Amino acid sequence: MFIIKCPYCGERDHSEFSYGGEAHIVRPKQPSELSDGQWAEYLFTRKNIKGLQYERWNHAHGCRRWFNMARDTSNDKIHFVYQMGEKPTK
Amino acid sequence: MLKYSIFSLIKNAFNYHENWQKAWRDPELKKKYDVVIVGGGGHGLATAYYLAKEHNLKNIAVVEKGWIGGGNTGRNTTIIRSNYLWDASAGLYDHALKIWESLSQELNFNVMFSQRGVMNLAHNQHDVRELKRRTHANRLNGIDCEWLNTKQVKEFCPIINCSPNIRYPVMGSTLQKRAGTARHDAVAWGYARGADSMGVDIIQNCEVKGIKRKRDLVEGLETTKGFIKTSKIGVVAAGHSSVIANMAGLKLPLESKPLQALVSEPIKPVIDTVVMSNAVHAYVSQSDKGELVIGAGTDSYVSYTQKGTHEIIEGTLKAILELYPIFSRLRMLRQWGGVVDICPDASPIISKSNIKGLYFNCGWGTGGFKATPGSGHLFAHTIAKDEPHALNAAFNINRFISGELVDEHGAAAVAH
Repeated sequence: MFIIKCPYCGERDHSEFSYGGEAHIVRPKQPSELSDGQWAEYLFTRKNIKGLQYERWNHAHGCRRWFNMARDTSNDKIHFVYQMGEKPTK
Repeated sequence: MLKYSIFSLIKNAFNYHENWQKAWRDPELKKKYDVVIVGGGGHGLATAYYLAKEHNLKNIAVVEKGWIGGGNTGRNTTIIRSNYLWDASAGLYDHALKIWESLSQELNFNVMFSQRGVMNLAHNQHDVRELKRRTHANRLNGIDCEWLNTKQVKEFCPIINCSPNIRYPVMGSTLQKRAGTARHDAVAWGYARGADSMGVDIIQNCEVKGIKRKRDLVEGLETTKGFIKTSKIGVVAAGHSSVIANMAGLKLPLESKPLQALVSEPIKPVIDTVVMSNAVHAYVSQSDKGELVIGAGTDSYVSYTQKGTHEIIEGTLKAILELYPIFSRLRMLRQWGGVVDICPDASPIISKSNIKGLYFNCGWGTGGFKATPGSGHLFAHTIAKDEPHALNAAFNINRFISGELVDEHGAAAVAH
């Protein structure tokens, strides 16, 4: 249970948000040129980090906009949020 | 190993039960083992047990970060069933169920396996079709399963609210009578005692810090108790499988999420079966102590905290109260979470990896307890022979590359 600071709406209970998984996974530009292994890597394999993870969230019951967040998965502490398209600052 | 029997009980009564032999040793870690199992839960201990018993390997260690059975083995709702849809899953889970049926005798340890039946309720037309289909699929695979209509549901489990006026009315149910529950701690302890008596070293409070490999061969493990040389490592680390894999430079198709359960205050017996409901997401059984054991769902996000969010519990209890109005005055006693590793197809991985000597048994997600004996048995075979048993060949890690998934989201559990 935690409070998430939406970059557009401010602090809200996390129940207003939906989780969008690991951030910065780029869809390959030419899927047909990839091997099955590379496609599986994109589709299924995840870092599943215990520690600081960069992830996507959507403010589903608010502004409905997507953003990125850096959260420590070992204690659910949120370090910072940043906008879609941005790289994490640290 | 001292055999537990009525005679050993009487004999020990004479000295006030103060001289019972310890169920397993607390050995010193040796420098070298033939096989090291990472993770001392039910699956890991069962793996060590079958490696020693059926594959004649004696120099085995189980290393456990905390205490044995203290992870998901001690955090689940102890439901055992094998009514899965696909052939591969049916083979795997029914293999486990068959071992459960004689496990107490085999281990000389009462795992309190109780074949009280498991019901899966249908709440809409789609549920009815899916569950009838599953009933037929089960029967074709030789697994007992029957269909109950609403009236039969009410007869089998009278406390279920079968009124047509509730939000999600009960439109029928499957029933697997061979399914049931077992005592989770006893499973870990029974396997630990059995493995230990065959010379397996169970090393508790020993956390793995690194995996040493030379190109594509494993050489050993760095642990908090020192380096262990070994050529075979079986990783059975549940929610932390990705963390261990990362030490060997591998990534797995897993996400670790918190899964919660809770128990009520103890009451007199009211429910003598296990009732699961996928659609409203509630499942309940009653322990021998009288507590209602209630399983909730997973949270959506990755977390290793062993605690989930309140609304998950709230949602489950809302559904429970609608289905069982009799529970409305009950207080909940305890609530906890475990970290479950979920595969994209909701089926487990029991497999070799790209690194020789490194094996994974993971991805059991929200429903691993039921498979404990079968999982250990098949994983031991995979490690000892360096190739999968026919029953776990489909649960190869390469299925995510070939696309031959075992998609069990519908039947695996309620929590996906």
